[in-house]
Amino acid sequence: MKGSSAALRFGVAVLGVWVVVAIAAPWLSPYDPLQQQIEARLQAPSLAHWLGTDSLGRDLLSRLLYGARPTLLLVALVATVMAPIGLTLGILGGYFSGGLDRILSGLTNVVMAFPQLVLALAFVGLLGPGLLNVALALILTGWPAYARLSRAETQLLRRSDYIAAAEMLDIRGPRLLFGHLLPACLPALRARLALDLAGVVLTAAALGFLGLGARPPTPEWGTMVAEGGRVVFDQWWLAAAPGAAIFLLSIAFNSIADGLRAGNSHAG
Amino acid sequence: MSADIAIEELHFSFNAGERPVTLFDKLKLTVGRGETFGILGPSGCGKSTLLRIIAGVQRHWSGRIRLFEHAIVPGARFKGALRCEIQMVFQDPYASLHPLHTVERALTEPLVVHGVADAGTVALERLQEVGLSAHLARRYPRELSGGQRQRVAIARALLLGPRLLLLDEPTSALDLSAQAEILNLLNRLKRSHDMTLILVSHDRGVIAHLCDRAAVMQGGRIEKILHRSELSQV
Amino acid sequence: MPDEASKLLVRELTVRSAAPGERALVDGVSFAVGTERVALVGESGSGKSLTARAILGLPSPPLTAVAAELRFGAIDLQDLDARAWAALRGSRLSLVLQDPRRSLNPVLTVGWQLHEALQLHGRYSRAERLERIEAMLHSAGLAPSVLSLYPQQLSGGMGQRVVLAMMLLNGPGLLIADEPTSALDVSLRDQVLELMCGLVSAHGTGLLLISHDLQQVARHCDRVLIMYRGRIVDTCPAAALPLSTHPYTRTLWSSRPNGRTYGTELPVFDPT
Repeated sequence: MKGSSAALRFGVAVLGVWVVVAIAAPWLSPYDPLQQQIEARLQAPSLAHWLGTDSLGRDLLSRLLYGARPTLLLVALVATVMAPIGLTLGILGGYFSGGLDRILSGLTNVVMAFPQLVLALAFVGLLGPGLLNVALALILTGWPAYARLSRAETQLLRRSDYIAAAEMLDIRGPRLLFGHLLPACLPALRARLALDLAGVVLTAAALGFLGLGARPPTPEWGTMVAEGGRVVFDQWWLAAAPGAAIFLLSIAFNSIADGLRAGNSHAG
Repeated sequence: MSADIAIEELHFSFNAGERPVTLFDKLKLTVGRGETFGILGPSGCGKSTLLRIIAGVQRHWSGRIRLFEHAIVPGARFKGALRCEIQMVFQDPYASLHPLHTVERALTEPLVVHGVADAGTVALERLQEVGLSAHLARRYPRELSGGQRQRVAIARALLLGPRLLLLDEPTSALDLSAQAEILNLLNRLKRSHDMTLILVSHDRGVIAHLCDRAAVMQGGRIEKILHRSELSQV
Repeated sequence: MPDEASKLLVRELTVRSAAPGERALVDGVSFAVGTERVALVGESGSGKSLTARAILGLPSPPLTAVAAELRFGAIDLQDLDARAWAALRGSRLSLVLQDPRRSLNPVLTVGWQLHEALQLHGRYSRAERLERIEAMLHSAGLAPSVLSLYPQQLSGGMGQRVVLAMMLLNGPGLLIADEPTSALDVSLRDQVLELMCGLVSAHGTGLLLISHDLQQVARHCDRVLIMYRGRIVDTCPAAALPLSTHPYTRTLWSSRPNGRTYGTELPVFDPT
């Protein structure tokens, strides 16, 4: 019991730090992340540049702090669009069954059959690189998991006494689906979402690494890892710093997911 | 006798794995106006299923059922006046209230859906009618005791002024003193509302305490009907 | 045969939750159980289940349990480590819970679990174990064929009989039963309780029966302790229950509905 809320507190704390960093980047960064100083390129960490400089002489720390923005923006976009879509489709299919359910389940299964990263690559390839397109790709490939989850929950809850009671009082339609069924599905969903967002951070970094994320010169962690990879044997910190940032954000979401899941099983 | 509820030739079967199992075959039952009718039987005898069929929750049956002046069609949901007139109190007070809705919401929402004016005030009146104080309105079900939850469930069932109240083992999950309170409440409400009651239980004492007549059920069949004189001996 | 070592002695047992200022969940409870059948009766919130758990060293944090004295024969129950408890529970001190499914491992057959109960606490050959098990099954009214079944294949009543058999195999000095029949059909409850009481008497085992059903324990136990809000408010021999003058006991006794209470108000305890 204590362990789970510790995980939750840790995850929320770390996430909170990154959110503050992303918002306050202009005030926290010692330098302009885009300002190149070719003569100061590839410098080791020093008092002037706490994390050193990259191959174009830009301050790594500032780029790191600003780099939180695209990633967190992406996470926010995906979270607020992907889960509601999947949730709605799942509840509709789970409650009404029959033809509607078969169509929605079929669609869910088809999309789910594709590996997410490959599909995301294909989308971004089609639509071109850029943050919004990455978000779109992740949303379009990620919603099936939530549809499946909420469909299963809805089918279970349909048989519960309090839903039967609501039906007997003539509570139907959207009021029943979104006022009664949806809130009951949410606890399971929250834990899943937190876990998925950890994966989104990694997928976004992967796409950035492949050059399909935010366009340069915008600092983005995945792209920074790619740039740092080229000089990793001599200036290892150029890849390690953004790598550590990705790791820390991802583990924050993992901890939140862990804490939520333990809280669910504890209360349920 | 003018029967309020008349069930004839009721047939119900369900699928246990692969094979269909018949639970009711040509079941016949009548309940009179204003009567408190009990159905007594062990678990698995079908009494809860029968109640859910009458409630319109279980709709895959065949036969003839008349509830008051309505002839019920299998498969169709209850609508309109009929839906309001038949209400049910479920067995498990921990499962029949939505865990994420306050008591206030549980009692006002049905009134709002049916266009009742001043739903909030009416809901509070119903809450007090079942012996709960108004300050409990903002609590969640998990903050109430089993007896309190069952009272809320009873208040909810009475919101739409039903003519038939179905009770599925309403006190089985309760303590002895909570059970005594609920039984006393039901006796009071019986007198103040003009209702027919059908009560299902495995407890002979509860049936004998509340009911005018009772059917003894076993394996989906009604073995016999006990009248008040026989129930007094229990 | 009566065994003085199996006397359970509880003195001033108190169980508190971590929240400050709240009343103790079990408040200074004291009693003793010898080779007799004692019932601890109360409603939800009375603390009876917590008392049983505290005696068995199973309090759930953040609850804390302390007692002035908590002894089983010569053993100080407050002074045992995990290993000592493992040796004690199931052999000299046994527990039967409400739901047999919680006491039985769903992936092992009944036979396996009964053998295991004997193997953990004694040194018997396979033939000896089989003999003891069959004798116990017979007294529990179970056919030997039950040994090859899995717990989910047992009905509620059979499951409780299996658990009883399992818990009595090692000849414990005391059996604690926490609402053993609440999950069963009304028609089975008396049967299972009779079996339990018969078995404990035959084996010289003491019984501490936790229940909320006063009339049921009156039929099967020698002595009854009534708990209300963490305290023992009344004790009396089972035969004297209908004549009790304590207001709470009287209310509990007469608030059972039946054919003769038709149309009347059942008595409800008013704490004031």
